[in-house]
Amino acid sequence: MIEMQNINRVYDTGRVKVHALRDVNLHIKEGELIAIMGPSGSGKSTLMNVIGCLDTPTSGRYSLDGKAVNDLDDNDLADIRNRKIGFVFQSFNLLSYASAFENVELPLIFMGMSTAKRKQRVTEMLARVGLADRMDHKPNELSGGQQQRVAIARALANHPRIILADEPTGNLDSASGKEILQLFLDLWKAGNTIIMITHDPSISENCERIIHLKDGMIENGAV
Amino acid sequence: MKGWHLFRLFTREMKKQRKRIWLTVTAIAWGTLSIILLLSFGEGLRRQLAIANKGLGVNIVILYGGQTGKVYQGLPRGREIRFSEEDVNLLKEKIPFISGISGEYDLWGVSMTYQKKTLTERITGVLPPFEYMRTHFPQPGGRFINELDIELRRRVIFLGNDLKERLFGDEDAIGKVVMVNNIPFTVVGVMQKKLQMSMYGGPDAGKGSIPASTFKTLYGRKYLNRIVYQVQETGLAPFVEQQVYQVLGRKYRFDSEDEKALGIWDTIEMTQVMGKMLIGIQIFLGVIGALTLLIASVGVANIMYVSVRERTREIGVKRALGAKRSHVKQQFILEALFIAISGGLIGGFIALLIIQALQGIPVGEGPLQFLGKPTFSFPIALSTALILGVVGLLAGYFPARRAASLDPVESLRYE
Ligand SMILES: Nc1ncnc2c1ncn2[C@@H]1O[C@H](COP(=O)(O)OP(=O)(O)OP(=O)(O)O)[C@@H](O)[C@H]1O
Ligand SMILES: [Mg+2]
Repeated sequence: MIEMQNINRVYDTGRVKVHALRDVNLHIKEGELIAIMGPSGSGKSTLMNVIGCLDTPTSGRYSLDGKAVNDLDDNDLADIRNRKIGFVFQSFNLLSYASAFENVELPLIFMGMSTAKRKQRVTEMLARVGLADRMDHKPNELSGGQQQRVAIARALANHPRIILADEPTGNLDSASGKEILQLFLDLWKAGNTIIMITHDPSISENCERIIHLKDGMIENGAV
Repeated sequence: MKGWHLFRLFTREMKKQRKRIWLTVTAIAWGTLSIILLLSFGEGLRRQLAIANKGLGVNIVILYGGQTGKVYQGLPRGREIRFSEEDVNLLKEKIPFISGISGEYDLWGVSMTYQKKTLTERITGVLPPFEYMRTHFPQPGGRFINELDIELRRRVIFLGNDLKERLFGDEDAIGKVVMVNNIPFTVVGVMQKKLQMSMYGGPDAGKGSIPASTFKTLYGRKYLNRIVYQVQETGLAPFVEQQVYQVLGRKYRFDSEDEKALGIWDTIEMTQVMGKMLIGIQIFLGVIGALTLLIASVGVANIMYVSVRERTREIGVKRALGAKRSHVKQQFILEALFIAISGGLIGGFIALLIIQALQGIPVGEGPLQFLGKPTFSFPIALSTALILGVVGLLAGYFPARRAASLDPVESLRYE
């Protein structure tokens, strides 16, 4: 499903050029559960952003679902992010003024789903992460683990093919972290493709495949 | 359908930041209020002055005798030129563009008695054209001096409305007899109230007018104090003036180029100058108002920029969830439009209320006569709307463009 050939991502900060990804080749099949590991600054987030079409590579070929991403314009990329990708962030990134319900509703609004369908879908998603009784709560009225579960419900709302999570348990205590991991494992068993960045071996040991990054290059786990 | 959902999202997010929105709406409302009030006061001033200008008369020129300033045909300079009633007829005959003309005699310190009340007042001796030239229109039930009065040298008097008030109070004056320097005169009319700005000798409302022929006989005058004439069209005034110099120059033997021989007060020229001045004032007020509004809009744009920065991360999150650049842009443009429109409506509404209230207040005499009548007009509405449009664009477009140009990854990294 994900095919990357010689992907490079160079940040040009003016004085220095940072080579965040070097000649990355990567194949990921549908339904895999993958952990990306590596030291800080090795390019994990950059790789994830490229996979999620949030960022575009400086050079190299990337095709998603058999479609070349390089040729797509900004609006097409937004559509892909909306329909095929679900992002989960380390710092949750919920809108602070919106309720759990409204946060989960956002990607559905961008998709153009009708109000009635949205309501049904959001309710279903929040129930799936075990927060059916917290729909009207604001993020600051929820625990860290609960906030991350809202974020996961939001990532799942559009039934994406791939879920990308950048250190989803990084800001959580170990108990909440375990709950979140369990959620991801359940989703995987239900057939979702999941790619997770993590520093935590107790998480990565649950994954079928581990990709190790160093200095922007894949050390192992590319295929 | 999709647009509607996005709009709902927009309204939902607006509600979350009510305080900020209302502050900016207030700024725009304030700016709109100022611009409308300033322009409306200017317009009211313009209209009142236009009416007041007619108080003296429309298209009239006032002619005084002067002293020759040039030697002419062996005659020395410094000769006094004085007019008599024949000159009035002469000018009327020779210059066809004069549509009305009258000589005028003045007498000050006249004792005027009605029953037990005696006042010291001013009277003038005039001809019937004074009625329309110098706007001496009678109140219903009365009339101005007519040709027959002139012919028969009748002892009739037309009272200014203030003078009538002083002498008669609320009592009806028409047909009553007043003693003018101990000679009985019958009141034939009372002047309608009018707004008069320029004047000579005093306001018309405060004097009495009697037939010129009666005046001449009673007070033994040889010379007129002045001649008042009206030209058919505004543009003809300079030409007619030239003719007056020629006609009178021939009769009294002075050089028609000798400006000092006659004194001329061209109220038409004055009116035109004042018209230009008023346009100047209007522009001045408009510019102040527009600047106020523009400053308000810069404030709003500034707040919007801050809001874009504060919400950078939020914009990044939305982009990650599939929002397009246009969605982000629309939101900020809609926000600015909402602010501009609701601010404009609120400001406009309050301005109209204030104008309405001020128009209800009786203005009385004095400067308030001119300022107390702000008037809202279509051009004012149009220019305000135009400026508000510019304001909305300014306050919304640039911040929106900035928000849309943000890179999603950068936005997500933003702290
Ligand atoms: N916008 C940017 N401009 C310049 N350099 C950048 C930018 N984003 C990332 N980098 C650089 O690219 C390299 C890879 O960054 P990236 O965020 O992918 O690392 P990471 O593996 O996710 O690290 P961490 O574990 O700390 O999150 C780093 O050296 C970083 O400094
Ligand atoms: Mg990272």
